[in-house]
Amino acid sequence: MKSTPLNAWHRAHGASMVDFGGWDMPVAYGPIGPEHLATRQGAGLFDIGHMGQVLVEGAGAEAYLQKITTNDVAALGDGRMQYSLLPNDRGGLHDDIIVTRRCEGKYYVVVNASNTDADFAWMKSKAPHGVSVRLWEGQTLLAVQGPKAQALLQPLVDSDLDSLKYYHLRSEELQGHLVLISRSGYTGEDGFEISLPEAAAPALWEALVAAGAVPVGLGARNTLRLEAAYPLYGHEIDASTTPYEAGLGWVVKPAKGEFTGRGPMLLAKEAPARRLAGFKLIDKGVARDGYAVLDADGKPIGRVTSGAPSPSLDNACIGLAYLPPDLARPGAVIHIDVRGRSLKAEVVKTPFVSSNVRKNTPA
Amino acid sequence: MSTPSDRLYTKTHEWIQVSGGDAVIGLTEFAVHAIKDIVFLELPAVGKALEQGKPFGVIESVKAVFDLNAPLGGAVSGVNQAVADDFSALANDPYNKGWLVKVSGAAGDKGQLLDAAAYDKFCAEEQH
Repeated sequence: MKSTPLNAWHRAHGASMVDFGGWDMPVAYGPIGPEHLATRQGAGLFDIGHMGQVLVEGAGAEAYLQKITTNDVAALGDGRMQYSLLPNDRGGLHDDIIVTRRCEGKYYVVVNASNTDADFAWMKSKAPHGVSVRLWEGQTLLAVQGPKAQALLQPLVDSDLDSLKYYHLRSEELQGHLVLISRSGYTGEDGFEISLPEAAAPALWEALVAAGAVPVGLGARNTLRLEAAYPLYGHEIDASTTPYEAGLGWVVKPAKGEFTGRGPMLLAKEAPARRLAGFKLIDKGVARDGYAVLDADGKPIGRVTSGAPSPSLDNACIGLAYLPPDLARPGAVIHIDVRGRSLKAEVVKTPFVSSNVRKNTPA
Repeated sequence: MSTPSDRLYTKTHEWIQVSGGDAVIGLTEFAVHAIKDIVFLELPAVGKALEQGKPFGVIESVKAVFDLNAPLGGAVSGVNQAVADDFSALANDPYNKGWLVKVSGAAGDKGQLLDAAAYDKFCAEEQH
């Protein structure tokens, strides 16, 4: 199994570990609830070194990325990031990714841990002569998230972090290393992701812990992203889901021209058979990933993609589910088969918890 | 942590205290500690028949679902509703205030159960 440079720290600090996409990662250092709430109220520190970092370079890099992703890469200025999708030929998804333009002909792409090998192979197979696609070896990723994230990170860098806008990235010197800092994350809070050399990670981690950041495992990373209604590959999206049914039509830009899966994707947009929607259980219980959604007669009509108690909402059970389009509206009542019991749930607006990410003022 | 020697244990971390045909069933401190954040507890209704080794309820954490397995067979004669409503008694005092169900007509193969010393040894091995 692969491990990040912080593996020894996690183990020394009592983390329960799990195999996540072939990586030995911490689920939690203690109960999940306090790690979750520390991120909402203070600052949470995340080892996300399992994510894949890919460098795409060459004169044809922009045209190449336009062809293999759904969002409009040409809209990116230097140092700008973009949430995007890596579609397959059928309009389904290999992954959801973040594309950052460093400068002309130089892009930095972050992909999901469990998909890194497949994404990388796919991206390489599509790369034309003159575009280099390579895994960024020796580099890792951390995230510090929450209302106090900026205050904790600021003393470690020279520049004014306040000037770094949401979904912008820049290089900084930090503890003697050149790192990339972006204002981005997967929690619904303000915060930063830091790409840095593996050798530099333990010292930065220790410094942020000493400053008061609370280490957070994948357990709370999941409940935080679920409250924010961010999709997780393998749950809300996979090779058979199209962006429109997943509520990700906003990252598909058909007007930019041809790209992988464009035709099937647009066909699926015309008559979606299902829609992803948020729900909250009315009855007591927990509706988990994979549970069936039932109609009034007990017939399966959908599927829960993610479900968990929400630490921010007093552990009320929230979740996301694929539903027939006519039921995917706030206020609709659905039933979920929780191990043989039919529990009542209400379709609700997402996100479940209001987002605190920094809003960029129009330039 | 000290494991009370006045009762028997399962390898799935339930305890049972038998006196005559009556018994009280609960979850061990080891299990409560391993589950960490308890968010939901589903206990059977009074009168429900328990079968040794079979699930009689469910306990859920933020992350996962765990079955509660009957250490012996019998009929549920009482349910600790206070624990179902407020998990703190289970988290803080699993061997006393945190009991889960009472059973009448407790019967079954006690040879499948562990005493406190054997259970402690089993837990120590499971941690490695």
